[in-house]
Amino acid sequence: MTDTDITLTTVELDRTTTLSPGQIFRRRMFGHTGFLIGAGLILIIAVVAILAPVLAPHDPFAQSLADRMLPPVWSEGGRWDHILGTDQNGRDYLSRLIYGTRVSITIGIGAATVGLIIGVTLGVIAGYFGGWIDHGISFLLTAQLALPGLLLAMALVFIIGPSIWVVIGIVGVLHWTYYLVVTRAATQRFRSLDFVAAAVAAGASPRQIIWYEIMPNLMSSIIVIFTFELGIAILAESSLSFLGVGIQPPTPSWGLMIAEGKQAMFYRPWLVILPGICLFLLVIGANLMGDGLRDITSPEGRNE
Amino acid sequence: MKTLLDIDHLNIFLRSPDGPLHVVRDVTLALDRGEALGIVGESGSGKSMTALALMRLLPRSAKCSAIRLSFDGQDLPALEDGVFSRTIAGPRIGMIFQEPMTSLNPVYTIGRQMTEAAVARGLLSSAAARKKAIDLLDRVGIPDPEGRMNQYAHQMSGGQRQRVMIAMTLMLDPDLLIADEPTTALDVTVQAQILDLLDDLRRERQMGLILISHDLAVVAQRTDRVAVMYGGEIVEQGTARDVLFDPRHDYTRRLLAAVPRLDGAPGRPAPTLPRTDEVIVARDITRVYMTRKGLFEPKREIRALDGVSLSVKRGETLALIGESGSGKSTLARILLGLDQATSGDILMTGRPIHDIPTAERAAFVQPVFQDPYTSLNPRRRLSEIIARPLVLRGERDRVANLEAVREAMERVRLPERLIHTYPSQLSGGQRQRVAIARALVTGPEALICDEPTSALDVSVQAQILDLLDDLRERMNLTLLLVTHDMAVVHQTADRVVVMRGGRIVEEGTAAAVLSRPTSDYTARLLAAAPRFEIA
Repeated sequence: MTDTDITLTTVELDRTTTLSPGQIFRRRMFGHTGFLIGAGLILIIAVVAILAPVLAPHDPFAQSLADRMLPPVWSEGGRWDHILGTDQNGRDYLSRLIYGTRVSITIGIGAATVGLIIGVTLGVIAGYFGGWIDHGISFLLTAQLALPGLLLAMALVFIIGPSIWVVIGIVGVLHWTYYLVVTRAATQRFRSLDFVAAAVAAGASPRQIIWYEIMPNLMSSIIVIFTFELGIAILAESSLSFLGVGIQPPTPSWGLMIAEGKQAMFYRPWLVILPGICLFLLVIGANLMGDGLRDITSPEGRNE
Repeated sequence: MKTLLDIDHLNIFLRSPDGPLHVVRDVTLALDRGEALGIVGESGSGKSMTALALMRLLPRSAKCSAIRLSFDGQDLPALEDGVFSRTIAGPRIGMIFQEPMTSLNPVYTIGRQMTEAAVARGLLSSAAARKKAIDLLDRVGIPDPEGRMNQYAHQMSGGQRQRVMIAMTLMLDPDLLIADEPTTALDVTVQAQILDLLDDLRRERQMGLILISHDLAVVAQRTDRVAVMYGGEIVEQGTARDVLFDPRHDYTRRLLAAVPRLDGAPGRPAPTLPRTDEVIVARDITRVYMTRKGLFEPKREIRALDGVSLSVKRGETLALIGESGSGKSTLARILLGLDQATSGDILMTGRPIHDIPTAERAAFVQPVFQDPYTSLNPRRRLSEIIARPLVLRGERDRVANLEAVREAMERVRLPERLIHTYPSQLSGGQRQRVAIARALVTGPEALICDEPTSALDVSVQAQILDLLDDLRERMNLTLLLVTHDMAVVHQTADRVVVMRGGRIVEEGTAAAVLSRPTSDYTARLLAAAPRFEIA
């Protein structure tokens, strides 16, 4: 029996793959066009946000009533010192768009993080403990889904008073359901697997099991939802600002810029189109990155 | 006899991150009408790939080529996909898969699924198809076939579903039936019935049969010829008798030596000293599950365990044997503290289990689970997985823990270079070794192994059983081995407890129970176990 053992074991060893999960991940990442485009866009926008003071040609708050409503440089009457023209108050549009990136990114990341903390905490607790706790949290979910989100957000911002931190908090508090649904289902599945049973038999407490055994397995799906929620939160901020209860003037925010450009939309369409393009690029970048991450981290390797 | 299937130099490549993988190499096979061919091999040997290539069911990333691939004189690769699925897959070649739980569609009735293929192809009217389906269900041994036609898959047991699958493939009267591990997911007594059925049907209808299995004993009894596959190649091919009793290739010999056998001397000599020290005692354990179908339906109780008493003595291997649903796994989970008994007492080294703190219980008894693919956290490295019980016990010295991990890995004969790999990089046998290393790293006195080898290949099973037995001796472990396999019991157990429907039906030393069973049920289990005989 002993020599059987040795020979068969060596054969078994030959079959093991030499790639670590990290290497496979990297390989899939660089083979996924959608992910590369999305991540590239997000990266560029993030760099613009960080380097805003360096990149912006003008002070975004500086008004010059003599230069009001200048068109972009490619239109008739455009000037090279205001490449994308100016707004109603004569502020440089490019500089305002660049500074607006900061607001969008901050609110996107902030609100998606607030939602993540609420949703993942509730989801893991509901999935792990089940029973009445699960029923209670599921009821909370149903209640949240039945609420008209934007209306509630408007009401809340109006009552509390608008500021960037209030907007982050309220948009976050209203966007945790997706995290909850996904983490709850995933936790239920992992909880029934034998490695959790092995941890229980080794004397681990629920807290230790959740942090050490279950959370690492949830990370990939959490990251994916985070990128989706990032896009949703940015749009929510823009909607709120457009409706006048989000970011307050004169802070440059893309949603607010669309709202301000609204009156002049028919004869100065770039006032609306330019921030719209910025929003579109940021949200599509976040969604492409999320889609890509989902494909890359899924075990079956979809779309390969 | 006429050649039904002729495969000449079949090659299959799979795409993988490491470049193309040559999974089937130059396989040459032939099958006559009415003949049964067995293909035996471990997982990854290419046996299923060969069958899938015949049915054009290979994964999309696979490339397949052959000098000749002809079925009943027809050149298969020349056929277009549409023509192939209309005329070959189904009407000429039928296939049965391993997992009867997932191979039937849960939302359609049995009747609809059975008649669909024949009616859609215009071969039978729907009334004629229904009549034929009822006849076939009757033929494969489904009681009340007419009533069953309107039922759904979830209303049937695994064995019944596999019978329905067989009847369904017979609806189109195929000339060749491919059965890919048709009984691996089933209990032994059911396995014997299904294999008998396949054998009878083949003779009755002069069908060709390809039986694919990792279990040599299963294949040997039911086939005329056997092909042994290893690493994508056929290493040996011949009549079943020749391959089994006069194996030429080295690998076949090793495979044969690895199969646990019911005949011959028991694997273990009787202990010299009678063991008296009872370390785990269960008294009158009952476990009742309450379920209800809807919110307002009355509760129904299911007795998973009904007054079970047993004791495990220090240093022995006690086998707990029974079929699925017998309550053996529930008992194991209760002993591990993963589930609570509804009533009854459990004593560990003389103390009631609920008085023992979790940490102490963990230091006394550790589990090894059935499926090594789910019992290891896929996001942790081996070094973390194996050291985890130590960390949970409060030992946080990284260097000392790493040393303990190395020692545990050496004990279970895992090479040290794997210490920083992830479970996904290991084979099933290696994963099970990791699970054993994790169970042993804290030096427990007892191991409870729930079907530790039933998810593994036969050759790997032998190694794991050997390892467990060796560790028991060296570390003076007490082993409780939950299993459904009589041959495993024969090879490794001192004593046996047979369970059925939540009760113990027989208990005694392994030698006595296996040679002179006193209960009918044990006798039936023994009779159903596959043996090395040729019918």
